[in-house]
Amino acid sequence: MEQTSTITTAPAAVAAVDAAPAAPKPASQIDWAPLALVPALAFAALPFIGSAPTWITLTAAGLAMGMIIFIIASGLTLIFGLMDVLNFGHGVFIALGAFVAVSVMGAMSDWTTADSLALNLGALGAAMLVAMLVAGVLGAVFERVLVRVVYGQHLKQILITMGGMVVGEELIKVVWGPAQIPLPLPAALRGSVLLGDAAIEKYRLIAVVVGLVVFATLVLVLNRTKLGLLIRAGVQDREMVESLGYRIRRLFVGVFIAGSALAGLGGVMWGLYQQNVIPQMGAQVNVLIFIVIIIGGLGSTGGCFLGALLVGLLANYTGFLAPKVALFSNILLMVAILLWRPQGVYPVTNR
Amino acid sequence: MISRLLSHDLPRSRVLAVILTVIVLGLAFAPFIFPGAKSLNVAAKILIFIVLVASYDLLLGYTGIVSFAHTMFFGIGAYGIAIASTRMGPGWSSLAAGALGAVVLSLVLSLVIGLFSLRVRAIFYAMITLAVASAFQTLASQLSEITGGEDGLNFKLPDVLAPSFQLSENPVLGASLDGKFLTYYIVFFSALVLFLAMLRIVNSPFGRVLQAIRENDFRAEAIGYRTVVYRTWSNVLAAVFATLAGCLLAIWLRYNGPDTSLSFEIMIDILLIVVIGGMGTMYGAVFGATAFLLAQSYLQDLMALGANATQAIPLLSALLSPDRWLLWLGILFILSVYFFPTGIVGKLRERQ
Repeated sequence: MEQTSTITTAPAAVAAVDAAPAAPKPASQIDWAPLALVPALAFAALPFIGSAPTWITLTAAGLAMGMIIFIIASGLTLIFGLMDVLNFGHGVFIALGAFVAVSVMGAMSDWTTADSLALNLGALGAAMLVAMLVAGVLGAVFERVLVRVVYGQHLKQILITMGGMVVGEELIKVVWGPAQIPLPLPAALRGSVLLGDAAIEKYRLIAVVVGLVVFATLVLVLNRTKLGLLIRAGVQDREMVESLGYRIRRLFVGVFIAGSALAGLGGVMWGLYQQNVIPQMGAQVNVLIFIVIIIGGLGSTGGCFLGALLVGLLANYTGFLAPKVALFSNILLMVAILLWRPQGVYPVTNR
Repeated sequence: MISRLLSHDLPRSRVLAVILTVIVLGLAFAPFIFPGAKSLNVAAKILIFIVLVASYDLLLGYTGIVSFAHTMFFGIGAYGIAIASTRMGPGWSSLAAGALGAVVLSLVLSLVIGLFSLRVRAIFYAMITLAVASAFQTLASQLSEITGGEDGLNFKLPDVLAPSFQLSENPVLGASLDGKFLTYYIVFFSALVLFLAMLRIVNSPFGRVLQAIRENDFRAEAIGYRTVVYRTWSNVLAAVFATLAGCLLAIWLRYNGPDTSLSFEIMIDILLIVVIGGMGTMYGAVFGATAFLLAQSYLQDLMALGANATQAIPLLSALLSPDRWLLWLGILFILSVYFFPTGIVGKLRERQ
């Protein structure tokens, strides 16, 4: 009986394999509709704003803000997409990154106040590096102590990472004090450059560069390297990859560390963008990044990038046209997107 | 009689029964036992938080839904009373109108949020409610013509409830029978009724379905219950009870602003109380709220002593500073999720 059953199922399996190439390949097919949203939004805003230089300034500012939001949100969506862990304590690493930047740039005040772009960028780079290191190390601790015990249990994940957030915020207050601390930009990065009649702040240009580097690195590592292949395979079928001899656990811890380090980097960028840091910034930023990753589709890096750009652009346009609406612009955008695509613009299908 | 009042959901643990009796008696006679404005204030806040936390437990502990929009409904209740009393002038009719308006608004809003997003998974729902709650808080602080903005609203209640009102010239058993005294008993009896009503709900067949959904919503659906309908109902009920708790808060404080009823800190407090007290047991709310608010009001003094004693050791004194009490509570919270997921009340019941 067993023999016949294998024989009868075999042709079906073969047929499935034969049929596979004919079916559209999900990996190579790019869904363009959401990508058109960014230019559509930008050009829709043009007639309302009226003057082209103002529009260019606002668009550049919006894109740069979007890049910063992307950096702070990318770690969260990475951790969720690959480990299926939603870290409500992600904001703590963002605040931590910002506070580390305060300490590092304060210690290197000779470099930040010097009127030399190289020294300024050196100080900024050092702050980023240290912030990523600190956030990464603490991310490893966070994963070991809090997250590891609740893998696969969403309810407990939300609760325990929320607790981690409360404790983390208090610890930041213990180390740096509860007050708001200014985080000024290095001397040469202040002010703006003129592009025709449009003024673009220098720091925003740096934000765009850093954001693009992070996005490109994430996409390339996940899609073009063996490491990315293993991680993606581990998400699909963990046991299979383990039986091939790879230590998936270690790989996933690495993902968590990378996500936390990205949050630290994002914290530095966001702190410099706001030019001051407070211990509660983690909770404030949490709301924003949740909106972004909901818009993008939970766990999708590309969606997160797109969502961040949309939020950044809309915030700047509405901030100029109707400041009161700006406070709600991101939530209105989220509702609109969810009505269009209930799982976000790029739903991650295997979740 | 008591068993019927408690919907046959007895404490089931001798220690718990003793603790609960002490709490209830303490709250019932608070104006006599603990005279003084601060202690009466703490007692009233405990009552309000018991209702608020129990309503959240209906959602989290019984149905397994994580919502971060609970303070939104709390705030709607408080603003309902505050706005009605400022607009219509002090009076019983404005209290009724405010409470009714707030409940209707909460009903509609919770129904919309529920239908909109309860079909999605826990994580998605938690995130969406967080965003909605923060938008609502922004809205409340922006609409300053109606809500008084960041400053909030100060308002008057009917004369009988004003602190200047005297029921009798002489204090009875150490308590002065003034408007504050009457307000306290309004809060006490309302909280008692609301709590018993919630206890009734969770111990009804409806409550059992909610628990089934919490344990395994797929199976509950397979048995034939339409889980979306039940979850939406749970959402609506929790919202209405939270709104009524908000009304009580406004009546007690005669003030409301964004920070008093809408802030994210209150949401975290609720979460801490539910988890530490005990998810899925209404008594957890009673125990948790009492312990939490007593700690918030009195433990800080104790921590100040500890911080002074350890002044020589730099880091330890910073950790023991009274402003850092939330740190220790957060650690207790994490340990609760770790070691006793049903909270202290669940642990006490287990022993039996």
